Amino acid sequence: MTPVSYYLVLGAALFAIGVAGVVIRRNLIVIFMSIEVMLNAVNLTLVALGRALGSTDGQVMVFFVMTVGAAEAAVGLALILAAFRSRHTIKADELNLMRW
Amino acid sequence: MEVGVFAFFAVLAVVSALGVVLQRSPVHSLLALVATLLAISALLIGLGAVAIGFLLAIVYVGAIVVVFLFVIWLLNLQRDPGEPGHLAAKFFGAFAVAALTAELFAFFVRAPVGPPPAPAGYGSVDRLADLIFRDYLVAFEATSLLLLVAVVGAVAVARRWPADQPRRSGAGASAHGELRRAERA
Repeated sequence: MTPVSYYLVLGAALFAIGVAGVVIRRNLIVIFMSIEVMLNAVNLTLVALGRALGSTDGQVMVFFVMTVGAAEAAVGLALILAAFRSRHTIKADELNLMRW
Repeated sequence: MEVGVFAFFAVLAVVSALGVVLQRSPVHSLLALVATLLAISALLIGLGAVAIGFLLAIVYVGAIVVVFLFVIWLLNLQRDPGEPGHLAAKFFGAFAVAALTAELFAFFVRAPVGPPPAPAGYGSVDRLADLIFRDYLVAFEATSLLLLVAVVGAVAVARRWPADQPRRSGAGASAHGELRRAERA
């Protein structure tokens, strides 16, 4: 059997890749995809630890994470559409109206 | 799950997650995201979370990714012609990511060694439903409210408001129209 720590390290690596995407890329859509990668890295960690503890509660949390992820994607993509209509760009650098 | 199978899906997940971040074209990023999600759902199924694994594949790959695809299509995004400088931001970003990775690794390599054998019915739909509809019932109902608010909010944000003529329904909506006119002026 694969040790649980392998799953946890894989989850950490995927989460770090997602953080790198959010920090480095400037395209709002790609930033959103990186957020989805981070959410699913956390899902993997939750299920692996739940398995290590012999509990199913981690899977219920994954269920809720997926719901929040779906709501976040719907509202976020609507915001991107609205921003594109008024500014004609989805580069995070060029949407700087409220920047200090 | 055997170590070899785990290694296959782990490498697939990491490589395709790197693809999400590094691809220039948003559609290619989206395809890499699909590969990442399928690898993760295979790993979840290997951990015994069969229902959640299939649910992840269906909900994410079947629904959320398609919404992303629709938005890319609506915006008519082309290939990214390379992103401008900001070398300092990229440097500090890479440094922060490396620090985060090292910290998480240091925590996680000392995790418990091997998973115990799964009890009978672990991760099955009826065990999951038992928890969701009994212990987590309030959270589940709050989730349905969250989805309703998200749908209404998404439609309200994304629809085209008639900015030229003042809107007749409600004070908030007319304030919105005022804002749009002030912005155009």
